[in-house]
Amino acid sequence: MEKTNKKRLWITLLCAGALLILVTLLENVLDPSKNVMLFISLKKGAVYALVAVSMNLLNGFTGLFSLGQAGFMLLGAYTYAILTIPADQRDAVYYIYNGSAINFSLPELLGGGPVGLVLGVLLALVLGGCVAAAVAWLIGLPVLRLKSDYLAIATLGFGEIIRAVFQWDKLGPVTNGANALKNFPTFSSFNIQGGLRLSTCVAFLLAGICIAVILLLINSTYGRAFKAIRDDEVAAEAMGINLARHKRLSFCISSFFAGVGGGLFAMLVNQAQAKTFTTAMTYEILLIVVIGGIGSVSGSCIAAFLYVAASEWWLRFLDTETYIGGFKVPLLRNGFRMVVFSVIIMIVVLFFRRGIMGDRELPDLLAGLSGKTRRKEAAGK
Amino acid sequence: MKKLFSMMLALVMVLSLAACGGGSGSGSGDAVSGSGSSGGKTVRIGVFEPSTGDSGAGGKQEMLGMQYANKETPTVEIGGETYNVELVYADNASSADKAPTAAAELVGKDVSLVLGTYGSGCAIAGGPVFGEAGLAAIGVTCTNPGVTAGNDYYFRICFLDPFQGTVLANFAQEKFSAKKAYLLGELGNDYDQGLLNYFEQAFDGTCVKDSFPTNTSDFSTYLNKAVAEGCEVIFCPVSIAYSTQIVKLAASMNLELPILGSDTLDSNKVLSAAQGSNVQIYVSTFYQEGGSPEFDDGIKAWLNEDSTAMTNNGGDDTIAAVTAMGYDAYYVALEALKAAGSPDKAAVKAALPSLSYTGVSGAIAFDDVGDAIRDTAYIKTADNAAGAWTLETVQTAK
Amino acid sequence: MQYAISILLSGISLGGQYALIAIGYTLVYGILRLINFAHGDVFMVAGLLMVYLTSFLGGILPPAAVIPAGLLLAVVLTVVLGFVIERAAYKPLRTAPRMSVMISAIGVSYLLQNLATYATGGLPQMYPEVPGISSTVTILGVPTKVVTVVTPILVVVLVAALTQLINHTKVGMAMRAAAKDFETAQLMGIRINAVISATFVIGSFLAAVGSVLYFTNYPSIVPLSGSLPGLRAFVAAVFGGIGSIPGAVVGAFIIGISESVIKGSSWSIFSDAFTFALLIVILVAKPTGLFGEKVTDKV
Repeated sequence: MEKTNKKRLWITLLCAGALLILVTLLENVLDPSKNVMLFISLKKGAVYALVAVSMNLLNGFTGLFSLGQAGFMLLGAYTYAILTIPADQRDAVYYIYNGSAINFSLPELLGGGPVGLVLGVLLALVLGGCVAAAVAWLIGLPVLRLKSDYLAIATLGFGEIIRAVFQWDKLGPVTNGANALKNFPTFSSFNIQGGLRLSTCVAFLLAGICIAVILLLINSTYGRAFKAIRDDEVAAEAMGINLARHKRLSFCISSFFAGVGGGLFAMLVNQAQAKTFTTAMTYEILLIVVIGGIGSVSGSCIAAFLYVAASEWWLRFLDTETYIGGFKVPLLRNGFRMVVFSVIIMIVVLFFRRGIMGDRELPDLLAGLSGKTRRKEAAGK
Repeated sequence: MKKLFSMMLALVMVLSLAACGGGSGSGSGDAVSGSGSSGGKTVRIGVFEPSTGDSGAGGKQEMLGMQYANKETPTVEIGGETYNVELVYADNASSADKAPTAAAELVGKDVSLVLGTYGSGCAIAGGPVFGEAGLAAIGVTCTNPGVTAGNDYYFRICFLDPFQGTVLANFAQEKFSAKKAYLLGELGNDYDQGLLNYFEQAFDGTCVKDSFPTNTSDFSTYLNKAVAEGCEVIFCPVSIAYSTQIVKLAASMNLELPILGSDTLDSNKVLSAAQGSNVQIYVSTFYQEGGSPEFDDGIKAWLNEDSTAMTNNGGDDTIAAVTAMGYDAYYVALEALKAAGSPDKAAVKAALPSLSYTGVSGAIAFDDVGDAIRDTAYIKTADNAAGAWTLETVQTAK
Repeated sequence: MQYAISILLSGISLGGQYALIAIGYTLVYGILRLINFAHGDVFMVAGLLMVYLTSFLGGILPPAAVIPAGLLLAVVLTVVLGFVIERAAYKPLRTAPRMSVMISAIGVSYLLQNLATYATGGLPQMYPEVPGISSTVTILGVPTKVVTVVTPILVVVLVAALTQLINHTKVGMAMRAAAKDFETAQLMGIRINAVISATFVIGSFLAAVGSVLYFTNYPSIVPLSGSLPGLRAFVAAVFGGIGSIPGAVVGAFIIGISESVIKGSSWSIFSDAFTFALLIVILVAKPTGLFGEKVTDKV
């Protein structure tokens, strides 16, 4: 038991490390202007993977069906943006409100330069997570007492409320009202001028660390308690698991990482604006979780990349009218991409209910494979 | 068996819906881009416009201008060689989270420069992608100051929100001697909110300001409130989807207050909503039909010929200002290509700042931020009996 | 005063339209324990169908017959759509966990919205004017559309008919039995699939009628037109006590009127937030809603 766990850990670490090196290599070897789509998709995939895993922690591992993910992302994104917009840019960003109520930026407070940038961004992301977690704790007090679909609809409603609050005029000097926050450090800020391009690597690294923490949590006693609650609340309670406490913990942790994911999302799209974080976004993430397999972290990651690449890249040709010779391919026009894509999703939901991975993990499969070959070898001898 | 059955049902569902849409909407997608591969070299111009989402209708009208211009002048002389111009489209779905990938799509297609987009939110979200790729973008009707500020690669050919808000506020005071105005915008839309703010700042009287959530379709309470508060004008610089509803509602309740709008309201959809009623509509805009008879006649002939283009224009041949702007944008792009002497994107970018061109919507040149140097806006009013726009006044900023 | 009346009027008509959607939610939830996220989109599709049918029929029928024929066909097709959705997307998952069915519902909603975007090409569609209810009348000095007056009356009539159906017919009895105890109902020889289909047919029919009223008032249809009214109607159903038809109607009127009042105040930004805050409060304080029956969870 001990041994397999260790082996899994190694395999996971090895995969993650190899991936990181591969991404960094790719970004520096390939011509960046020819392969923008690849890197944007990779970055977006990494961000969505983190958010999907955080949702999976709640929906897949604790059995709490929550639809508030976009709301927590919004909290994280705004916290990150508000804390990192450079002081001299604030007047330009908050031009409607004649300047911001907050007049410092973390990267500058921490000394500026590359060190300040790294520390400031990290701190702002973590704080974004903390704000999301704190709000989750407050929301959780009443809401977590609700059962399955009532919880879903209550958290969905909460997301809408948050959105309205952040668009409120009176909070303008802090949130910039309905307008976008921008000019803060993004992934591209990590590209070293004339040297290494690190933007994609940073996205992978940050998302990867967070996912690793979630993985460690899932494999700890807490994780086992979560799974016990998912499988049977009554039995879990009988075993001495404090239901309320564990549910709240899971909710807060999931929201924390959704908040960090929101910050990363803001870095990805170069702006933070409340109207981006709609219920539709929560649905997208939920669909990612379902496609990957509810209860599988690696499934969520794989699905996130597939989802982003398929919906925004590979299927794009479906949107343009195409002629093969003189023959006009029927049906192809604007919007067809999303139709095809949603049909694919329906097929997955209906006929491959377990998703790509079910509730297994990638290292399990790999370890299983190598185990099998070893057994075969042994049998051969 | 059951699986097969339900799969078939699902298929039927999809097909039936697709078919019922296909009936009347067929071919409402992008019109055919330049005849393309008829030998010779090709230069590609990216079109970064929404064809779906809230601003889909506006984006399509803007694309019409480019498509017509492309049809009119399908080739360009660059450095002594003749190139075919090909328009490459990417739909940013009017949404900030889809804009970066749409922008990346264009960068990946190896375009020389980009035209668009209709709304400012998407331009801000997509801008850095162009900037990083070293690709110049020419904003056509994105009027928010944030688009070009801090982005060396974004230029624009239209006037800015502060200018437009001020112009309309002045107009409200001069024409109606208004002391109290009702301002209505969409929640979370920086275009609306920005304009409302500039209007408020320039307006001498009191303003009652309201925002409605996205996808609202019930505006009766808002309009009734404007009446109840004793406002003398309504200013609603909202996107076409909402403005048609507001105007239609105003028509049905015989609203006596004049409605002021920004360039987004300059659309035949608004005209048809107001037709036959007593609503007074005034909009500030980039172009007034009749400004260039040659262009008017040409594009009208094209619209009447091409049913797809007609559908995209909303079913008739009224020329929207955004179409004229799209038309001008295309020619500015050609000028830039000529000045650059090569289709290389870096050369094009370098050529843009010093460019000047006189288009159908007036003279175009860029200041050092990349904004157009313009000081004139047309204010026109809807003639509800004829269903056409008539020029009210030409307003300059003070 | 006039202002107050106009707000109240628009609130009442909005409430009536929500009520018709909310009944669809409440019936389905009562039997399947499923939040049918696609219901709001069925409502939107009903509106679009009307647009396309009238423009299609306009070419082959005399002008006077276009609107009635269009209405009839739109309602019938919407009912068919509701039936097909249930058969294709929910029935295969009858034995799956509740979460899977809900996800399937979200998937259907996504599909319908994308199909609508494809069909309309992203352009907002104008709902045709239905003669009779589109004209303007003046009530207590406030100009309003006839539909504002027609809506509450129609709602009362339809709800009365529905209550008769549920209380006094065999199908209704079967529906009540299935809502009480799904498995025992099957055991008693009730053809459960037929009952569920009937529920979806009724729900879609009411949504189609609601869409005629709603889009006559607010005539522009975009693919997302259904999602917010749908969610609000769902909140109304929960508020009134899910599973209860009178509850859904009362809840819908309360939601409609309060939405209208808030929009008329200086807090208009929070009109949706208020609706959802109301939902959370009612869920926490009295999860069964105003009229809901208490159900005990069996382990």
